[in-house]
Amino acid sequence: MKRIFGLSLATCALAAAAFAGSHANPALEGAVKARNAQMSVIAYHTGLLGGMAKGDVPYDAATAVAAAENLASAAAMKRAVLWIEGTEQGAVAGSRAKAEIWSDAAGFEEKAVALEAASSAMITAAGTDLDALRAAMADVGGSCGACHKAYRGPKN
Amino acid sequence: MRIWHGLLIALGLGVAGGLYITAPAPLDAGFASDHTADTEAGALVFAAAGCASCHTAPDGASEGPQVLAGGHAFASDFGTFYAPNISPDPASGIGAWDLPTFARAVTKGVSPDGAHYYPAFPYASYQNMTDADVADLFAYMQTLPASAQPNQPHDVGFPFNIRRGLGLWKVAFMPDGYVTPAPDDPVLARGRYLAEGLAHCAECHTPRNAVGALLTDQWMAGAPNPSGKGRVPNITPAALDWSESDLIEYFTSGFTPDYDSAGGEMVEVIENLSQLPEADRAALAAYVAALPPIPSP
Ligand code: HEC
Ligand code: HEC
Ligand code: HEC
Repeated sequence: MKRIFGLSLATCALAAAAFAGSHANPALEGAVKARNAQMSVIAYHTGLLGGMAKGDVPYDAATAVAAAENLASAAAMKRAVLWIEGTEQGAVAGSRAKAEIWSDAAGFEEKAVALEAASSAMITAAGTDLDALRAAMADVGGSCGACHKAYRGPKN
Repeated sequence: MRIWHGLLIALGLGVAGGLYITAPAPLDAGFASDHTADTEAGALVFAAAGCASCHTAPDGASEGPQVLAGGHAFASDFGTFYAPNISPDPASGIGAWDLPTFARAVTKGVSPDGAHYYPAFPYASYQNMTDADVADLFAYMQTLPASAQPNQPHDVGFPFNIRRGLGLWKVAFMPDGYVTPAPDDPVLARGRYLAEGLAHCAECHTPRNAVGALLTDQWMAGAPNPSGKGRVPNITPAALDWSESDLIEYFTSGFTPDYDSAGGEMVEVIENLSQLPEADRAALAAYVAALPPIPSP
């Protein structure tokens, strides 16, 4: 599994390199934009759930489940085509991805899987009650912080 | 280039006058002896001051009691510093130290044998610690596990490896106490104590001059990231328009108002702040919101 992931990453990097030639590389820039859009989708739904957890917005099971399902789908997006090697901070404009994403690919994968697990668990919790949602929120939030701590650089 | 200039002048003066100006005096043996140390209060001082963020091994377990074995590396313009072992081990750690020796190290930046520590150890902030907090902190640290891990020498070249020169650096560049004026409001005063004393926010959020001294006229206005790309953000109201409740939420869960989640070294800071009573996070928020607005340099 890991081998395949590694290979496909390499293939993508090659494919991306094939587009190269000019200074700004549209393939690499596109990947950075796309994964930040994925993160924005993740943040939006986390915000819907967080607003209920904090009590800013009244708890509503149907809304909470819908938000959790979208969150889980966004978290499960295939990483191989979004996190392309050569798109770290400094290499491509707008990127805040740390080079460790590729030098420590297994560690990054672990953090990504932790968010997938936390957001799947959120689907059930969100439909149960507000206390369950609050408890599940701690794991979702923890998984964001754990990955951003190790793999995301500060503002450009 | 400017770095060499400044440092060489500092060193020259250090040799000439520094022996006199910078010879550190020991603290009174009766330091805080009228205070009954409280390990629970000490645990909160320890969290607010972020001692574990630097003194635990970078890949250490995040669960269970903290082993202060050191080993964490800090990149700077002058070389790489390694945090030493400060666990209660009597040989490799600081288990043989008494309270006045510890207090002198943490609040004055002076070792048991009278040498100056590098300011990578944020004693410039810890100088503001109350005696009671130092005593509680020391008592709490005795309850943590000992480690026999030996210290790793710093990787710092000449002339920065001459500790004597640091005495003059301290006299010339170390802020004398607090940087912002004393507020009348007790909440703001508590926030100032936490921010400028224990939690050393400025060590990351304030830019430095060529010899590594904090530029206090750009207090919290953001700085280049010492360990890589990007910048540590400006947190004065010139750049950050968060409400106090936004700030409290960020210090508790790491979420920004638009549900981005904190990254980098700030995650560790938030792990520490989230252990404090809510009133302390509110005090910090009040302090940050009241900072003089300074545009990013
Ligand atoms: C597996 C690692 C990982 C996890 C888990 C993760 N993120 Fe991210 N996130 C990143 C990285 C890396 C970036 C920077 C990407 C870049 O700039 O190329 C980022 C960027 C972002 C951004 C910026 C988007 C933009 O438009 O600039 C937001 C917002 C965000 N993350 C929110 C979240 C939230 C909320 C969570 C948890 C629910 C989360 N992230 C979980 C790795 C992660
Ligand atoms: C930002 C990182 C950082 C933080 C936070 C930090 N230290 Fe340190 N500490 C260091 C470094 C680096 C040194 C080595 C300084 C030197 O060798 O000149 C050091 C040295 C020490 C020493 C001297 C040890 C010896 O063997 O001489 C003690 C004691 C100490 N720290 C205690 C603490 C305590 C207590 C706290 C929390 C209140 C703390 N430190 C927070 C980085 C840090
Ligand atoms: C060890 C370095 C360090 C220390 C100490 C530190 N910070 Fe930070 N801080 C950062 C970094 C790096 C970021 C950027 C986080 C990110 O990339 O998401 C940050 C972000 C922030 C932000 C969010 C700003 C924004 O625009 O997103 C606030 C607010 C903040 N810090 C306040 C504080 C306060 C208050 C303290 C002291 C209690 C403190 N910080 C101590 C490194 C530090």
